[in-house]
Amino acid sequence: MDVTVTPLPGLGTQQDFVTRSGHRIGVITYRDGRFELIVSGHDDPDKVAASAGLTAEETNTLANLLGAPQLVARLSEQQREVAGINTWQLPVNQGSPYDGRALGDTEMRTRTSASIVAVVREGTVHPSPRPDFEFSAGDLVVVVGTADGLRAAGEILERG
Amino acid sequence: MHDTAISLIELGAVFFGLGVLGRLAWKIGISPIPLYLIGGIAFGTGGLIPLHGIEPFTHLASEIGVVLLLLLLGLEYSAGELVTGLRRSWLAGLVDLVLNSAPGAIVALLLGWGPIGALTMAGVTYISSSGIIAKVLGDLGRLGNRETPVVLSILVFEDLAMALYLPILTAVLGGVSLLGGLTAVGVSLIVISIVLVVALKFGRYVSALIDSPDPEVFLLRLLGSALLVAGIASELQVSAAVGSFLLGIAISGSTAQNATRMLEPLRDLFAAVFFVVFGLNTDPSQIPPVLGFALLLAVVTAITKIGTGWFAARSQGIGKMGRARAGAALVARGEFSIVIAGLAVGSGAVSGELAALATAYVLLMAILGPVAARVVEPVARLLVSRKPQTQS
Repeated sequence: MDVTVTPLPGLGTQQDFVTRSGHRIGVITYRDGRFELIVSGHDDPDKVAASAGLTAEETNTLANLLGAPQLVARLSEQQREVAGINTWQLPVNQGSPYDGRALGDTEMRTRTSASIVAVVREGTVHPSPRPDFEFSAGDLVVVVGTADGLRAAGEILERG
Repeated sequence: MHDTAISLIELGAVFFGLGVLGRLAWKIGISPIPLYLIGGIAFGTGGLIPLHGIEPFTHLASEIGVVLLLLLLGLEYSAGELVTGLRRSWLAGLVDLVLNSAPGAIVALLLGWGPIGALTMAGVTYISSSGIIAKVLGDLGRLGNRETPVVLSILVFEDLAMALYLPILTAVLGGVSLLGGLTAVGVSLIVISIVLVVALKFGRYVSALIDSPDPEVFLLRLLGSALLVAGIASELQVSAAVGSFLLGIAISGSTAQNATRMLEPLRDLFAAVFFVVFGLNTDPSQIPPVLGFALLLAVVTAITKIGTGWFAARSQGIGKMGRARAGAALVARGEFSIVIAGLAVGSGAVSGELAALATAYVLLMAILGPVAARVVEPVARLLVSRKPQTQS
């Protein structure tokens, strides 16, 4: 990827790249710590068509929304070399017995031999969660295991 | 005690009035500077309410306004940005300098104000208002545009040019000979180099003298050092403005950013007083005779700035619409033109007519600049034949 870094004297720094679809997408980092997401127009690539100011936290969330599928894809990629092993994202639904309980309570590895490698919560990835990690409704649990193990894991998260 | 009450009421009324004017200005999409000037002119004629008893305060406050305006101009860019700006945009910067200082100098000579008047007016028509431009670009959501770094680098160059120009101007206004003027050029070149080297190499020590984690202490040290340096510079026959500007350049890094954040509201307050006082001291009866020249200068220097922006953006490989936007963005003149005129008029070396011309000119340009930046796209679309833009 070819990222262009342009200093904006007195304001901050702009970093952008041109997408295959012909848009210039970038982020302006202001000196005072604000971020701005910019997307260029189609007929005039010099001009910004849309821009949105973001706080540091919002930037983080956006990065994770874009990055979380990447992480799962990368994990799947790594597991694909091992025959019979898959990566699934399993939801912790409203009403799941583990909503508000610790990861260790599921005894996932013991019961299914599948491992929890990450939890995605509100766009933020929590990699390698510890046994004391507390689930809450809406979490996506990234689990690696055999097809049977993953099915069992899904059952556990749904019914306990 | 009664006098104090009257003074407080008058000051309060002035500030409140300025607040209303400022709000109105940004609502209709122009800079408040022209309205502050008009407010000053209106009070100055004794037309509305002659203000008594607040002159000592307004006089000092307007001086502080100039000091803060230039301190923040110096703080705006780090020494590194100044040096890279100079390296990357020196050609566009020179084009800008020649095209935009010439009209002012020529008009001053035509009006018979001599070389000193010419030097002053050259500065008035040359320097764009970085304050107005940054605000307008932000409001129009153009900070991410590809031509914006070009516009900003020209402003950086103008910043450096100011650093050279101000000491020369103050020396000339102080009535030095040609030889003395050349000495002033030499001395100011050396001083600027020293300040830049200090800022680049030892900026953190200068910053450490002023910096403090406690906002209160920081503000007091900052203001204290700015006024000290300004006062000492004034005593040494270099103007207070130059001293505070160089101090601003010397303060660097995160200290500079914190200082800017801290001082912005103060600057806005005192600068508003400065514009009002400048308006107060402008004799409105002198404006009509020079109004024709002000209009002529406004038209010519709007075109020369658009040309400058066009040239600079073209050399960076930016499309025609972007070139037009860059040119229009640069049109606005404002606070620094008034500062230059104020220095000249204050020294008594130029005629009062110059203040009238500068006032009329800045009134026009501070309004025309933001308007030009807004209407440039539809106008350019009509003018520029819409060839298919190549995707770069």
